[in-house]
Amino acid sequence: MSTSNLVVRRLAGALAAAGLMGATAAQAGEVEVLHWWTSGGEAKAATALKGKLLALGHTWRDFAVAGGGGDSAMTVLKSRVVSGNAPAAAQIKGPSIQEWAREGVLAPIDDVAKANNWDTLLPKSIADGLKYKGSYVAAPVNVHRVNWLWANPAVFQKAGVKVPTTWDEFFTAAEALKKAGVIPVAHGGQNWQDFTTFEAVALGVGGTDFYKKALVQLDQGTLKSATMEKVLATFKKVKDYTDRNAAGRDWNLATAMVINGQAGMQIMGDWAKGEFLAAGKVPGKDFVCSPAPGTGKAYTYNVDSFAMFKLKNDANVKAQKDLAAAIMSPEFQEVFNLNKGSIPVRLNMDLAKFDDCAKQSSADFVASSKSGALLPSIAHGMAAPSAAEGAIKDAVSQFWNTDKMTPKEAMDRIASAAKQK
Amino acid sequence: MSSPATPRPNQPWLPKLVLAPSFLLSFLFIYGLIAWNGYLSLSASRLLPNYEFVGVEQYVNLFDSERWWVALTNLGIFGTLFIGCGMALGLFLAILLDQKIRAEGALRTIYLYPMALSFIVTGTAWKWILNPGLGIENVVRQWGFENFTFDWLINPERAIYTVVIAGVWQSSGFVMALFLAGLRGIDDSIIKAAQVDGASLPRIYWRIIIPSLRPVFFSTLLVLAHIAIKSFDLVIALTNGGPGFATDVPATFMYSMAFSRGQIGLGAASATVMLATIAAIVVPYLYSELRTKR
Repeated sequence: MSTSNLVVRRLAGALAAAGLMGATAAQAGEVEVLHWWTSGGEAKAATALKGKLLALGHTWRDFAVAGGGGDSAMTVLKSRVVSGNAPAAAQIKGPSIQEWAREGVLAPIDDVAKANNWDTLLPKSIADGLKYKGSYVAAPVNVHRVNWLWANPAVFQKAGVKVPTTWDEFFTAAEALKKAGVIPVAHGGQNWQDFTTFEAVALGVGGTDFYKKALVQLDQGTLKSATMEKVLATFKKVKDYTDRNAAGRDWNLATAMVINGQAGMQIMGDWAKGEFLAAGKVPGKDFVCSPAPGTGKAYTYNVDSFAMFKLKNDANVKAQKDLAAAIMSPEFQEVFNLNKGSIPVRLNMDLAKFDDCAKQSSADFVASSKSGALLPSIAHGMAAPSAAEGAIKDAVSQFWNTDKMTPKEAMDRIASAAKQK
Repeated sequence: MSSPATPRPNQPWLPKLVLAPSFLLSFLFIYGLIAWNGYLSLSASRLLPNYEFVGVEQYVNLFDSERWWVALTNLGIFGTLFIGCGMALGLFLAILLDQKIRAEGALRTIYLYPMALSFIVTGTAWKWILNPGLGIENVVRQWGFENFTFDWLINPERAIYTVVIAGVWQSSGFVMALFLAGLRGIDDSIIKAAQVDGASLPRIYWRIIIPSLRPVFFSTLLVLAHIAIKSFDLVIALTNGGPGFATDVPATFMYSMAFSRGQIGLGAASATVMLATIAAIVVPYLYSELRTKR
């Protein structure tokens, strides 16, 4: 309720500003933005950006393609780019930004970045991901923490256990929840969700250095180590606590199971919070957000960003630069992230309006960026090139689904998948 | 001169001119694109098409990929069972319906109806029916058979058979209609003559009727075979290639490599292999069938 009111107020403000600025915006261009924020909270977040651009006198063309992972959107984007009709900006993130830039279709936006001090506002590891050959080619909108555990405290109370902070506690709690007659872990059996769980286990069991070596640097020795075997065994054990209907379930349906008490907990990034909030739940009271077991001191991030494409029309280029500036502006970062469930990517923001989960996320973000435990999420396309990431995801998902496969076999498959280029 | 009734085209270029655009278009958009795809499969294309020549590297990668072998095996299982069971069931239904029964029209419509649905609808409906917590397994368990298990959909080794079930359900009615039309086209007097000679009904079917349906078998096989090889939507709707990639078929493999993994070259190589497979099966068959007609 409160967030939607806020959006209305912001929009009203934005429209008033548009009236005032009509005279100054002599070169009004059109921005076409490709994104796949079509679910409830996400769509609201996109509206906030639109308001911002309208306020600057530009026209906004929405190019939303449904489908959570964005596969279908990418297909449409490719055909548009090949036919020479690229949108102004598209939701592209992680190493894919470099892959697109290598094709020579992205436009540098260094002037915007310099004018707005992006280099000082962003943690270096994130800023580097937005650059190609030293030039910014994408603007970040948010930081999602991926290593979260969402729990329903009422269910935990009924089972008489605490929300787990280590993997041992996790399995004790899961056993108790099972006895209490609820599904311990809400899971959606789609390969990226399997992979999200795997990543959390890898970080929790193996630790920061292991994660970096194995899943970011794709080091063969680490991928075939005893730690990896332990990670895989733990990962597989989680499956025993999911239900049999998980096959193909969407993540938000799994979240709904935690919301209505059908399930106890879910390992999922902080976009799940949007679902809790949309259902009118209060953080800390109706649901608990806690770092995934064993990962309290680390932070796997998923930074959504918009890559800027080369455009022909000057007015549209102007609009595109305004879009990039608007994306990094404190007001947009606040409104957008309040709706999306994520936190602002700018480091020095006032978080007064944010909830406790976001405040914790932000504190951990800053702390881990200092301690070197700020890690890109491989499950969300931040760590590895798409071919290797896809092949590893296949291997992990196959291990999750094939009961006969041993962790050793899975390890070999993952290691050979990591060699893909 | 002696046959003035035969119309002589006094403008011999006219038919050629009229046919030229459509010929050009189909040549360009079928054979042209096949050639382009063939070239892409020899290039280093990743996210977008590029034309750096790398030889057969993509094919080497393709046949090294375990996922591709899973896809090929699945196509073998799915293709054989889908065509075999679809034809057998369709023929069986057609023979039963051909017994001059009452309400034949209504039954025919019921059997034929699944064909009116798209594979996406079929896939989604069967996904619910086969889901162990919602569908058949749940229902039977609620009837009191606590140990009844039917979880093929979530079992990586059985999941491909659920695709076969849904596919056969969809297409057997259509096969039935084709066979029924064939059966109705058979001259009654041959059957009467056989009856006079004292042949039993199964014998008449086995020795006379089914052999005379040969052209129907031919067209049914062609239709089903190409549905099987290009099957994509059914798999996507029913299992989305899962669990894991256990129900991947070449079409879904090609799609995910070319469009979501950013490996257009590899996807193009798999498309070429698919085309070659179809050609290897269909061309000799077409050749032998069409030649005997002459």
